[in-house]
Amino acid sequence: MTTDLSPETPLVPSFGTAETGRKLAIICSKGSLDMAYPGLVLANAALGEGVEVHLFFTFWGFDMINPRHMDSLKFTPLGNPATHLPQGLGGVPGMTALATHQLRKAIADLDVPDVPDFLEQIIASGGHLWACRMSADMQHLTEADLYEGVEGIISASDFIEKTEGAQLLFI
Amino acid sequence: MTTTTIGGHVLTVDQEGFLTDPSEWDDDVAVALAEQIGVVLDTEHREILRFLRAEHARTGETPTLRRVSTGMSIPVKRLFELFPVKPAKKMAYVAGLPKPRGCV
Repeated sequence: MTTDLSPETPLVPSFGTAETGRKLAIICSKGSLDMAYPGLVLANAALGEGVEVHLFFTFWGFDMINPRHMDSLKFTPLGNPATHLPQGLGGVPGMTALATHQLRKAIADLDVPDVPDFLEQIIASGGHLWACRMSADMQHLTEADLYEGVEGIISASDFIEKTEGAQLLFI
Repeated sequence: MTTTTIGGHVLTVDQEGFLTDPSEWDDDVAVALAEQIGVVLDTEHREILRFLRAEHARTGETPTLRRVSTGMSIPVKRLFELFPVKPAKKMAYVAGLPKPRGCV
């Protein structure tokens, strides 16, 4: 029996192989500012780790890819005990605008982009955006009405087909 | 404290292999680190590494992909081309810095 006397292997971080084969599907179903970010942050993080990412925008999540609304999503403390504000305050006129302003500032202070810029970064990183057919039909919207980075309006079954084998997040 | 020898340089690294002492880094080390992950450094890479080093020295934190992109006006897509698959971590590694802490 011989002993391998090759020099010690250097310690180098494992960056995986070029094709990880890992896939992530994220369903964005909410149209409020605070609920838009979890999907965007996770999509961006996954892309940075070499994961293939598909986002499917459905129901209220359509506002995230509708140029009329994507830059003006709002946040309300109403019905959200985690803001630690008295719930009655949420209904006071102007409170949604104030809370939205505060949240936008907190996000910008972290150098995290607004929704349109974030989507642009996700596309530049190789992410795929899909719009839900049923939501488009309900809102009478066509591809021309949506954010240009959306690759297509597809049915739920088409999305399931596209994301075969993917891990899935519903937000 | 762990040390590893890469391209003849004895380097202090963390458990994963990221350098823990920025002062051990120089241009030759960068070449050796890049070689380990299959990247051949050109002037564009080097400019990015300089930015990372300067930002880390200034703020104490390794810039994220977004910060590199906005700070240097380089498209994110280009960063993925220069440091494929996992650009943020690869840039940090070759720059001799810890991996970025930020989420975005």
